[in-house]
Parts: sequence; C-alpha cells; structure tokens
Amino acid sequence: MAQSPLTAADMEKNLHIWLETEFTYFKVEQLATELAQLAREEQDFILGWIRRIASTHITLAWQFGRRAPALLPHMELRLLEAWALHTCDIFDRSGLQNALRVMEQVDSFDAVQHQNDSAGALFDEIAPVLGNFVCGLSGRRLALEEGDAAWTDGERIVLPPLVAALPDQDDNFQLAKITVALLWAQTRFGTLRIDPVAVTADYSDPERALKHLYALEILRLSARIARELPGLHRQMQRLRSLLDAPLSSAWQAFAAQLAAQDATPDDSLALLSAAYAEAECPHLSGQGCLRPDAIAAARATRLDKEKARLRIKLAELLEEHQVAQSESKPAAETTPEFEITTKDENGQLDFEITLDDAPIAPPDGVKQLLTSIYLDFGDIPPEYLTPAGEGEYDASQVFDQPEDPDAVWQGTYHEKGAELYPEWDHGRQHYRKNWCVMREKTVTPAYDDFYRETLGKYAGVVKHLRKKFEALRDENRLDKRQTQGDEIDLDALIEALADARDGSEMSDRLFQRMHRAERNIAVAFLVDMSGSTKGWINEAEREALILLCEALELLGDRYAIYGFSGTTRKRCELFRIKTFDDAYDDEVKARISGIRPQEYTRMGFALRHMTKLLNQVDAKTRVLVTLSDGRPDDYFDVYRGAYGVEDTRMALLEAVRTGIHPFCITLDRDARDYLPHMYGAARYVILDDVRQLPVKVTDIYRRITT
Amino acid sequence: MNARTLDPAHHLIEKEPYYEAVGDEIQLFEAAYRQQIPVLLKGPTGCGKTRFMEHMAWRLKRPLITVSCHDDLTASDLVGRYLVKGGETVWVDGPLTRAVRCGGICYLDEIVEARKDTMVVIHPLADDRRNLPMEKLGQVVEAPPEFCMAISYNPGYQSVLKDLKQSTRQRFVALEFDYPSAALERRIVATESGVSDSIADNLVRFAQMTRNLKGSGLEEGASTRLLVHAGKLIADGVNPVSACKAAVAQAVTDDADMLKAIQELSSSIF
Repeated sequence: MAQSPLTAADMEKNLHIWLETEFTYFKVEQLATELAQLAREEQDFILGWIRRIASTHITLAWQFGRRAPALLPHMELRLLEAWALHTCDIFDRSGLQNALRVMEQVDSFDAVQHQNDSAGALFDEIAPVLGNFVCGLSGRRLALEEGDAAWTDGERIVLPPLVAALPDQDDNFQLAKITVALLWAQTRFGTLRIDPVAVTADYSDPERALKHLYALEILRLSARIARELPGLHRQMQRLRSLLDAPLSSAWQAFAAQLAAQDATPDDSLALLSAAYAEAECPHLSGQGCLRPDAIAAARATRLDKEKARLRIKLAELLEEHQVAQSESKPAAETTPEFEITTKDENGQLDFEITLDDAPIAPPDGVKQLLTSIYLDFGDIPPEYLTPAGEGEYDASQVFDQPEDPDAVWQGTYHEKGAELYPEWDHGRQHYRKNWCVMREKTVTPAYDDFYRETLGKYAGVVKHLRKKFEALRDENRLDKRQTQGDEIDLDALIEALADARDGSEMSDRLFQRMHRAERNIAVAFLVDMSGSTKGWINEAEREALILLCEALELLGDRYAIYGFSGTTRKRCELFRIKTFDDAYDDEVKARISGIRPQEYTRMGFALRHMTKLLNQVDAKTRVLVTLSDGRPDDYFDVYRGAYGVEDTRMALLEAVRTGIHPFCITLDRDARDYLPHMYGAARYVILDDVRQLPVKVTDIYRRITT
Repeated sequence: MNARTLDPAHHLIEKEPYYEAVGDEIQLFEAAYRQQIPVLLKGPTGCGKTRFMEHMAWRLKRPLITVSCHDDLTASDLVGRYLVKGGETVWVDGPLTRAVRCGGICYLDEIVEARKDTMVVIHPLADDRRNLPMEKLGQVVEAPPEFCMAISYNPGYQSVLKDLKQSTRQRFVALEFDYPSAALERRIVATESGVSDSIADNLVRFAQMTRNLKGSGLEEGASTRLLVHAGKLIADGVNPVSACKAAVAQAVTDDADMLKAIQELSSSIF
C-alpha cells in the first residue's frame, strides 16, 4: 500500500532547515501547501532533490522547488532529474547566474513540443556508445561533445543534450546515430572542404544560399551513406518517412544527380544556383546544422600544425632510412623524394609511402596525420612532402608540450594542462564533474644526511627487517606428494608400493613438483604532505619511507611513492617522489628527505589519480597504501567535515571496484569514530604513537602482502 | 597412454589446408626448412599463423605437433617424464621429444607464455647443435634433418614481463603476419565460410571498423578467424547482425558500451 502523503506542516519544518529561511526569508509555506497536494512518491522525489540541490546552492534549490510541482504532470521524473543535475553542473562550471538561467529555461517548456521527451535519448546515456561508434568509422578521430545543437567543426561532433523527435526511445537513439553519421560524413566526404563564404558571396542572400548548399550536401552524403553503410541508410529512410515531408520533385531530381557514384562537393556547388531558385528548402531529420565559423577556426589552427608535424615526421623517417642505408651503400647524390599514394577504397583510407621508389612502412602516427591532411585537401599537397630541414620548426610550437605546473600559477589560475577529477558530493548524492584541478609536481630533492642518519638510527630494525623480508621472498621450493608433477616422488612411491603390498589403499600422491614463486605485486604509497604533518609526523613519515624502500628493494615488488596536498579544488597537487619506473637511487633518497609539509588534506583526487596510475601497471595484485594523519580538510571549503569524509570513502570504493586493494594507515591520537565509515572499503590501521610509524609500516606491509 | 599419440603418422596432414599466401612466407619457410633454421611467427591473434603451419606441414609432408603454451608449461611437459604404472616407472616422451624422434615439425604456439625453464630445451634445438638433452634419461637426442621447430608470439598484447629474450629470438628466422589486405581477406572469408562475396566484403569492412577502435577501448580488432566464424553462421542462415554480435562483438569485448557501439557498426553495414 502506498504511504499516505505528508502534510504541509511536516514538510515546512524540513524546508525551513534546508533552505535556511531564517536568513533567506524564502516563503516555504506556499511551497509546502503546493506539495501537500501530491502523492507521497512525488513529494519524496521533489523534497529529496530540494535537499540535494540545497547542499550545492540554496537559491537553486528554492527555484527548483518553486517550479518542480508544476512540471511534474508533463515531465518525466528521469528528465526532471537530468534537468536538476544539469543545473548543478552549470553552477559548478559557471556560477549561479548561468545556473539560474538554465533553471528559467524550463519556464518556456512547451508540453506539445516536448511530448516525446520521456522517450528521448539523453546525451549522457548515448555518448559512450556513439563515441565508440564514430571512432570505428574511418577518417580523422572525432570527439563527441554535448552542446546546444547538432553540428561539427571537423574535429568534434556536437550533439544536443536530448534527442526526442519520436515517441520511441530506440528510434530516438537511431536518430542520434544517424545525426552522428551525417556529421561524420561531412568530414569524411569533403563537405568541410567547401569554403562557404567564397561560394555563397555572389548570391544576394548568402545565408539562404548556404542553407540550400547544406541541403544539397546532406542529399549527397545520404546517398554516400547508402553505399557505405547500407544498414544505417535503411534506418535513415525509415525515420525520414516518419518525420519528414517527401522531397519536392525538383529536390528529388537534385538528389538523383547527387547519388552518382563519383559525386563530389563540386557537384553540389554546380547545382547550387538551380537549388537557390527553389522556393523551399528541405530540412531532413538528423541533418544538424552548419557552423562555418567553427569549421574555419578549427581548420586554421590545424593546417599549419599538421603540415609542420608531417614534415618533421618525414624528416625523422628519412633519417632512420639513411642510417640504415649508409652502412650498405654510399649516400645518394640527389635528395631522396617521398611519394605518397592514397588508397580510398572499401570504406577505408590507406596510404603507401615510397622513398625513392622503395616502400616504407609508415608508423601509425604518420598515417593518422596523412588521413587528417587528406580530409582537409582531398589529396596530399606536394609541399607537405618535403622533409623539414634542421631547425626549421620549433618543436615546442608544433607538438603539445607538458605544462610547467608552476608557471600556470603566475597568471590568473586556470586549468590549462591539468588533469581534472570528479569529486563526490554527498549532499547532492552525485559527482561534481571535473571538479578537482590536479597537477603532478616533483619534490625538490634535499641532498643531506637524512638517509644515512635514518639507517644509523634504525640499524637494528633494518637488520631485523632484512631478515624478515628475505624470508618473505617467495622462493622456489619443491612441493612433495602431489597428484601431478614433473618428477616422481620416490619416497612417496616406495611408501605407496609398501601400502599396496600390505593390502591397504595406495595413495595417488606420487609426484613432486617445483613450485616457482612469482610475486607479482605493484604497490603505490600515498603520503600525506599536508601542513598538519609538520614536525614529528613528517619526520616519521620520511623515516618510514626509507625503511620501506630498503625492504621493498629486497622483495623486488614494483612500487611508487607520491605525496599529496592541496589548497582548494583548483590547486590539487600530487608530488612525485618515486614513480614505478624510477630506480631507488640517490635522487629518490634525496626526494624522500625533501618531503616538506605543504597545505591541506584533500584526499579524493589523490586516491583517484593513484587508482588510475596503479591500473596502468601490469601486476597480479595492486595495493594502494595511504599514510595520513586524520580527517580530510581543505582551506575555506566544504571539504571539511562530512563532505570530505564521504568523498574519501567514495574514492576508496572506486579503487576497490577496479580491483585495487587499498590500505590506510592513520596517525591519530584518539581514534575517531568516523574512521570505520570513511575507510569502509579499505582495511586500515590506526597508530597512536608517531614514533612507532617507521617500524610499524614495514611490518604492516609485510602482513598485507602475504 | 595409448599408442595413437606416439604414432607420427597420425600427425600427418592428408588434405591440403586452405591457406592464402600474403607475401613470400611460403617460400621463406621452405628455404628455412631446407637450411634447418627454426622459424618464429609474429602477429596478432587469428591472422592465420596456425593455419600457415598446417599448410606448411602438408606441403612438406611432415607430421605437425602443436603445443599451445601456457604459464604452467614446464620443460618436462615438453621433453617427457616418468609416470608410475602398476608399481613401475615408465618414461613417456613429451611432444617435443616425439617431434624430434620422428623428424616432424614442432610448433610451440604463444611461446612467451611458457615458463622460463623451457628455453633450456629449446635453445640447443634452435641452433646448429640441433639436439635435445634429456636430463632425466641421461640422453641427448639428435634431431634428424627433417625436424623443424617453429614458435609463435604476439608482440602486441603480451606484457613487458613476458617479452621474448634476445638470446631466444635471435636464433630464429622471423616471419611477420598481419591481417591480410581487404581483397585477400574477402577471398579468405568467402572460401572458408561459404558466404557470398558481397557478404564477405561487408564482413571485412566491419572488421576494419573494429580495428579502427583498437587503442580506444578495444585491445585488439576482429581477427580474420572471427570473420570466418561470423561468415559460417551467416551461411548457416543466421541473420548477419546477430552473427556479428555473437561471433565478433561478444568475442572481442565485455564492455557494455563497446558492445553496443560494435553492434551499431555492424547494423550500419548490413
């Protein structure tokens, strides 16, 4: 039985608290009365979202509450939810004003126009599939992005947040797929090579000319798709018959001409003046729109860069080739010449490179460059084929350079070159997308006596550790009395034969086998470098790391050490102390010694980044050990308190989900009650005496990896 | 142990296995065989390495003994071991020893998967010594001139830990295999599965699309073998889209989004 609805008074109480009416003076009474009319599930839904949005911003939550009851009758819960989340995302990205604007858009919500929304294909739901789909089609790699409408600039395909032209969910997905295919075809089959400004300049109404040209191109591309992707074309025809008016006879004639096997953009241009004279211009479903400015901008930045890249790559190929040749025969008098033959058949682009008539296998990167250039010009221009001379290009201008993590801070802060990580907002019960701006930095090494002093101080411990860890080294051993094995276990056999004589049962465990141990562990240590570790804790951490390294070197486990710290979500920093590939050398030792307390304890991004790094390492077992001094905390930020605890908990859960074993070591004098919850997914240990740390950590490591 | 496994005649291939040469690999293999040089086949899975070996064994009229290596395969699995039989121990030859004794072709598939100690028995066979030391028997078996060793490995997906050592790889003549060209692959798919040329053509297009996805979510594109599977299903009356799903999409990935994307690609073609 359904629960009885809440009364206005019940709800008012909560609304007062969530919307902090004491300060905001929102009139929640009216809202509560309105909500009281609804069924219990609907009340719960709206109240839940008001509470969740209020954790992000109270005004947004209030605006949501004011609108939601009216929207409920003609808007699916799924869409209402998507709308709420979208507003929160906009708030995260560009602030309250923009979020309120999105919130207001819903006022113009026209029920008739949106009658199919409930069956609509949401971008977030279809993007993973269609992103891979477009990747599988040939040509330049195109990225899929969400935007205001469907269009492409030749490097990315933009789709609207919702495709909802039809009452059937699968049909809407198919329509989105057709849109993607048509936009892909514009890059692949030459539409984007047309210069729209030049070709429409002579018309009295260039805009109208452009619209007609685009329609012609869509007809040409549809015919092309019919040949390349017949299955997709069948779907396209079916949906068009449902959605679009049939083409007029004039346009049908155009379509027939453009369906020729060898039709090119030039054929569309040739028909343009005739098409321009036609009063109507067909608008086919899923055709998207043309954005000449975006196309021109993307093309302008791409052309020079790719020319330079190709010429540099060719110079490299030439050099390789000459090194290989110079051993066998003297260098040729003339400069060698590259020739490239393009094969565009069977839906696949392929290139053959010959150098002085001798074929060369082009590396993958070169093939992709050639594909991209071919799509821009329709062939490979000859001036692209002269290898770059020495010093002709500045590599730093041509290739993407890693950003200097400190340089970005000298100007206003921005997110250039940083990695973005989501963060779990427990109030919203959803992730804040691209929330943490993370950069990897290196610890400044301190070449001092710390390493030697530590070894001296713990001489006894080190000796003891060595012994213990050596015993741990899983060495080859002979397993006796096995049912299967390489050799006969003679002792077992003699015993078994005696048993058989004796009349008792004969064992079948007669073999011995060499057990070859393969310890295949990768471990990442994540060390708290927040300001609160200053003093004793920092020193203990560094000592612990030295002892750990000594022990791990003995075991041969692959390991990495990173430190984390941060000030607000805009400045999350991860300090490289030792990567998986670094050897344990003097520099690493100096870096351990150079670990200094930095700023605050924001942990989620660090866990997420380490999870990513660990998953790139090839190992049977992956362990993530964190070493921290307690509660997550960040400067003047919500991270303090429950938010940080929940985010850390979520990041650990994410790590576990990818198959990593997290283990947390906490230095805390009074073991707080939030720890079991925060470390829910991970195993953990609390050390109350800092001085124990160096000795304990190695011991803990030994226990958790055996 | 029954007698069948010891009888080299049973490893002889009577009927010509279908194989389309991509380049001069047949000629190279024959020359290497005559010169008693072992052969290393490189290439992605399902591009025809095993079929090539069968074809060559048929061509050279030698028995073919194939061992698929796995990470528990030890030297004694190859050479042989003592077994207990009714109170006595009996020596049983392993597949490699059998191949050496009968002058056959021993093909060790995915050699890097095997344990390191197997190299000890492979090395002397793979250089001009051409003998097989059998420690436990205290014997050294000399390989007859007809014996040939071939190994295969896939440089693409194995981990760095399992790379083939230089000391091993430099004993072999290496033949590189890759997916055949579109025209050739179409012919292979049509011949092997019995589908029409136009369906074979579409299958090859589809395979190329999945190969475009390599590196962006797929570890490996669809191999020729998978296309033949799909073709066989289609020839048996299965709808092409379902055949591609069962034989190709499900075989290359478990990821739900990727599966759906591959499905959409195949339904776009057929």
